This record gives sequence, structure tokens and C-alpha cells, in this order.
Amino acid sequence: MLDNLTQRLGRVVKNLRGQARLTDDNISDMLREVRMALLEADVALPVVKDFIARVKEKALGQEVIGSLTPGQALVGVVHRELTELMGGASVGLNLATQPPAVILMSGLQGAGKTTTTAKLGKWLKERQKKKVLTVSVDVYRPAAIEQLKAVSAQAGIDFFPSSAGQKPSDIAAAALDHAKRHYYDVIFVDTAGRLAIDEAMMAEIKDLHALLKPIETLFVVDAMLGQDAVNTAKAFNEALPLTGVILTKLDGDSRGGAALSVRHVTGKPIKFAGVGEKLTGLEEFHPERMASRILGMGDILGLVEDAQRGVDQDKAQEFVKKMKSGKGFDLNDFKDQIGQMKKMGGMAAMLDKLPAQFSAMAQKAGGGMEDKTVRRLEGIINSMTPGERSKPEIIKANRKRRIATGAGVSVQEVNRLLNQFEQTQKMMKQFSKGGMQKMMRGMKGMLPGMR
Amino acid sequence: MFGFLKTKDDPAAPATTSPATPAPRASWGERLKAGLSRTRATLNTPLTELFSRAKIDDELLEDLETTLLMADCGVEATHWLLDELKATVKKDKLETPAQLRSALAKGLQTLLAPLEQPLDASGHQPFVIMIAGVNGAGKTTSIGKLAKHFQSQGKSVLLAAGDTFRAAAREQLTAWGERNGVTVIAQESGDPAAVVFDAINAARARNIDVVLADTAGRLPTQLHLMEEIAKIRRVIQKAHDTGPHEVLLVLDANIGQNAVQQVKAFDKAIGVTGLVITKLDGTAKGGVLAAIARQCPKPVRFIGVGEGIDDLQTFRADEFVEALLGPSW
Repeated sequence: MLDNLTQRLGRVVKNLRGQARLTDDNISDMLREVRMALLEADVALPVVKDFIARVKEKALGQEVIGSLTPGQALVGVVHRELTELMGGASVGLNLATQPPAVILMSGLQGAGKTTTTAKLGKWLKERQKKKVLTVSVDVYRPAAIEQLKAVSAQAGIDFFPSSAGQKPSDIAAAALDHAKRHYYDVIFVDTAGRLAIDEAMMAEIKDLHALLKPIETLFVVDAMLGQDAVNTAKAFNEALPLTGVILTKLDGDSRGGAALSVRHVTGKPIKFAGVGEKLTGLEEFHPERMASRILGMGDILGLVEDAQRGVDQDKAQEFVKKMKSGKGFDLNDFKDQIGQMKKMGGMAAMLDKLPAQFSAMAQKAGGGMEDKTVRRLEGIINSMTPGERSKPEIIKANRKRRIATGAGVSVQEVNRLLNQFEQTQKMMKQFSKGGMQKMMRGMKGMLPGMR
Repeated sequence: MFGFLKTKDDPAAPATTSPATPAPRASWGERLKAGLSRTRATLNTPLTELFSRAKIDDELLEDLETTLLMADCGVEATHWLLDELKATVKKDKLETPAQLRSALAKGLQTLLAPLEQPLDASGHQPFVIMIAGVNGAGKTTSIGKLAKHFQSQGKSVLLAAGDTFRAAAREQLTAWGERNGVTVIAQESGDPAAVVFDAINAARARNIDVVLADTAGRLPTQLHLMEEIAKIRRVIQKAHDTGPHEVLLVLDANIGQNAVQQVKAFDKAIGVTGLVITKLDGTAKGGVLAAIARQCPKPVRFIGVGEGIDDLQTFRADEFVEALLGPSW
């Protein structure tokens, strides 16, 4: 749904671009769109209202400087406000206490507390070389304790056994004692999921908090949460002195709303973001990136990181060498490139991170480059002989027919692939001759929206 | 309870087949009401205030819009409801806000009534039900409750532990199975489709009425996992010609507008035939049902209103609207 927001704002800004200056009228148009988009992205209404008021105030007093268009100036304000609302710079965990540092995990059912506990434990163990113990006081849900045991083992951290027959406070006290005597640096206490309106359960976690005196009390919240995020966060914040928020399931397609709402209501920093079910799926939360993303400036930084993770460095260097020499870019390289793209999460994931204008354009222009098409391209190349791959110019009608049959496509598609390849080759040549700048200039010509 | 009398002469409603259950039935209405009390607290308090105003004006409509949005109805459904409402006001020349309330109740009911289709788990043996949903929606818990539900109808149930991914998911299901006295078919890790295939064959061999196939939670953005679940569905078809007879998507009522996205994505992958709405207690929501009814209507088979094993109930639009808006005066 964040994409919606991105596209929406993209459209409004486009409308604004044609205007000579900002009037009360066109600013309110834009703000209405922002409001609707934020609501659709599940930002809670009170938060939206506050936000819009803030933006309006700032924007009206804002001078349009230099080369900026009024629209850009307004987007700048919205961006700054979004970043600020989501918490400025990112903050890590505070462990500055006499060990063991107790970290209490709280949240609704199914928010992802147990998985996050293991992720954080692994993170602390690997990045900060801490000795970590986990303990579950979830005596309610069947197999909750086994789940923590299993994920702790996967994360390579120690687990303090407990059983469903015990009282949560007894378990916690025993675990704390164990941690002290065995010189653990950090102990995670994973609690049962509870609704904020369940008074008995809220009293239980309050008691746990009083007993453990945790240095960090983390509120784990599902990024998909709707309007109720505000109420839940408020209730938890009132019952417990929270020190931070962890946003989970950020890899889903509904990443905006809850982050804004929870942050706004609790005033507590969002410390981490959970992405994916694997235990490595934990990122520090970057408010600026999130704001950029929402505004359609694209998560370029994230794209760069993805690229670094997905791309084989050696291969990439070889490729650069080849490109610099200006020749020898053949179908093998073309296929490698396609493969690398796939590793980075496929075309769809990449487009997702591009600024809204670009992704819309890329979809229109490149359109055919969907993941399915990419697979087909690979199939066609796989049907070629090594000779054909390194010397595509030898592919004539007869070979084309054979390749098409082999890949199960029509000859036209083979032709299309060869055309595409030729274009890429041309671009590579240009690159080697004129360098990056010339290529960028060439691209500017191709992409009309870019200035 | 009004609902009890109505459902009794409706043979398709599975929840009330046992004649000895008037007491729990009555308490379920209460439970639903108690569960939805938060929804009411957000919806109803302002609503009561709204509808006790002197006249219908723009301000009232705007406040109504706000309230509906706050209940997670979503921009689209809210606007639709308001447009309907405005049209009714004009057509029927409504004057008092109280009339507006019944018009709103009617609008909501028209919207939600098509979703009211209880699940009829007969006609096939075994009746294969596949359960899907995002992480933490409450799939495994719902399966436990469903097993109990079918057992109370005198049906034999078998569970397939198709969540081979999440740690201790199998143990969680086994624990539920023990509580219900139900066999659970599980394998050490392995392919979820294989577990489900086994379970269906086991059910056939043991003459079991209902097979509940659990799957691992997945976000619709994880394309490979969506492909995996599509495969589970294909394998079910292979194991049982007419299956799966029901594909249930479990939705957390706390989820906002992404619920719509989830329904669409899962429907595309596995052809969802029904919804289970969980965690309706203690949420300001339920409003998202309106958004679903507008954008991708699917029958709501069950709603979960508490943590107890009996807290899974059939969905009734009129009761839901009633609980949402509070009693009419």
C-alpha cells in the first residue's frame, strides 16, 4: 500500500509542477491527497490530522528558494516532517547497566515477539559479542516455549528452560538468577501475546516489569496494524515504561501506517525493523529512508545495499573490466546480468525501490521485463550453443529456428532478445568510450521525465 | 438471543446443530458484543453523540466519515457508505439523525449480508479444508477451534501439520490435537505438500469426515512462498479429486487496509473460498470487513472473539452491525 502512497503523492506533485506558485488552493489539494493516502496506508486518523496541520504550518511559511519549484519545496517539508515524526536518527539497544541487561519483549498476539527475540539475540551475539540468554514466560499458548527454544538454538544463543505449569514470575526470577550466576551479558524475557484491554494479563506484565527492572522494554508491533495501532500503543505505553518499538513484517506490502502511528503516540524510538522469517531478517530502522520511500524518492540506499548483498563481487569486477575494454560483451555476460538481477529480488522488487516516477516509467517503457519474461530470456540463451553465445552475430535464420524450438518460443522472441542484446551492447560501447557522464546524458534523452 | 432462534430453523448453519446449546449460544452473542465492545467504544460513543444531534448537516456527515475511517472501514468503503447515505437522505427525505442511524445500519447490512454464508462441511468425505494466512494471523489457533467446532457437530477430524517452517508450529498443533483428542499427521520437517497428501490419504483410510490442513504463515510479497502454497493446493487436488473443498484465509482483525491486499493476493494464488476473522475481541475494528465487502467480497465463515477454544463463531451480518452500531432506539 506504500506504493499507492508513493504513486499518489507523485501524481499530486506532478500536478503542482505546472503551477506558477503555491496558493492556498493547490496546497490544500495536495494536503487532501496526502491525507487520503496516509489513511489508506493505515496511519491512524489523529496522527494524520496532526501531521497535516504541521506540514501546512511549515509549508506556508516556507520560502521557495533558488531552482526549487514550489512543489519540490512542499515535498521537502513533508519529507522532513515524516522523518521527524518517525524519529530522527536511528538508535540501537541500550545495554549500559550492570549485567545482565534485561530486555522485556511485549506486544499483541502474533506480532512476532518470539522470532524477534531470537533475531535480536543473534544480532547482539554476532555484532556485539554478547553472551545472550533467552527465556519464555509464555505459559499460555501451546508450544510457545518450544518455539523459543528452537529459534534460540537456530540463533546459537542459550535458552533457559521453563514449563507451562510454572508461574511467569517464578520463571523470570529463576532465569534472572541463572543469568547472574553464569555471567550473561543480556537476558531476553519473551512474554505471551496479550491484548491491551486484557486487564489481568496487563497486570501480569506490569508485575514482571517490576520484578525484572528491565533496561529495555520493547514493544513489538506488526507493521500491518490498522487504525487500532494507536489505541494498542497507547495502552501498552501507559501500562509499561516502554523504551523502544520494534516493527515487524516490514517485508510485507503494507509498510507505512503503523510506524507513523506508534511512533507518534508512544514517542518512543523505533529501534529495529523485522524483515522476513529468517533469523538474519533484522535491520536497524531508518526513518529517512522510510520517509523517502513514502514520498516516492525511492529507497535508493536500500537498493544499493541489496545490490551489494546480491552481486558477486569478483564477477562484477570482471564485468567492469570487460566493459572498460569496450569489447567482448557477449550473451554470456547478458545472461549473468539477468541472473544478478534475479538475485537482487527480481525486477518487481527493484522497481519497488525506485522513485515513483521512474518505476511507473520503467513499467511502461521496459514493461516486458517482468520476472516471467526474464526467465524466458534466460531460457532462450540456454538453448544456444557456447559458440553462439560468445559470437551472437553468427545466429542466422536457421539457428534462430533451432533456438526457438529448443526454448519453446517463437522465432520473433529470439529476434527480440537479440535486439535487446544489441542495444545493451551499444550502450556498453558508449560507456567505454564516453564514460558514465555521456551515458547518463544519453539516458536523460530517453527518459523524458528526468531533468 | 435473536440469532439463536433464527439459526435454528436454518439447517445450513453448522454452529447450532446441537439442540442442547442455548446457553453457550446466548453467551456467544454476549461474547461477540463484549468482544466488539471496543469497536463500539470507538464507533458507538461518537455515534451516539452524532445521532443525538438536532439535524443532519455536513458537519455530522464529516464526523461520520471520520468515525468510519477510524474503524478501519477504509477510504473506499467509507465513501461508498456515505454516498449511499446521502442518496437515501435525499430520496427518503430523512430529517432526524436517528433515521440516519437506521439508514446507516441498513447500508452496512446490505454491504455485509453477502458475506454471511456459513460453511457446510458435508457432501464430501473427507471434506478437505486448507488454511492459509500471513504470519501471526492465528491460523494454528483457529485450526484448534475449528476442530472443536466440527467435533461438536459429531464429525471426526484430522489435522495436517503443514507448517513445517516455523519453529514449534508442529508442537503447537500437536498440543491442540491432544486437547481436542484429535489425530495430528506430522512429519519431521520436509515438504508441507507431502504432509498434507499423507493426511488426506490417512483420513480416507480411517474414514474421517474433515481434514484441516495447516500451512506456514507467509506474506503475499514472498513470491516463492506463494508459489509453494499454490503447490500445496495442487497436491490436495491430486490427493482428492474434488478437493480442497474449502480454502480458508485467516485474517487478523487488527490488520488495516492491507487485509484487502491479502485477500486479493491469496485469492490469486490459491482461490480463497472463505475467511476466518480472528482477534475481533479487543480491537477497534471489524470495519475492515466493509472494505473487504466492497473490494473483494468473500464469505466470512467464522469470527474469533476470544482465546477460549469455543470462541469461534459463525458470522451473522445483522448481529455484527448491531454489535457495531449499538442498539437502535
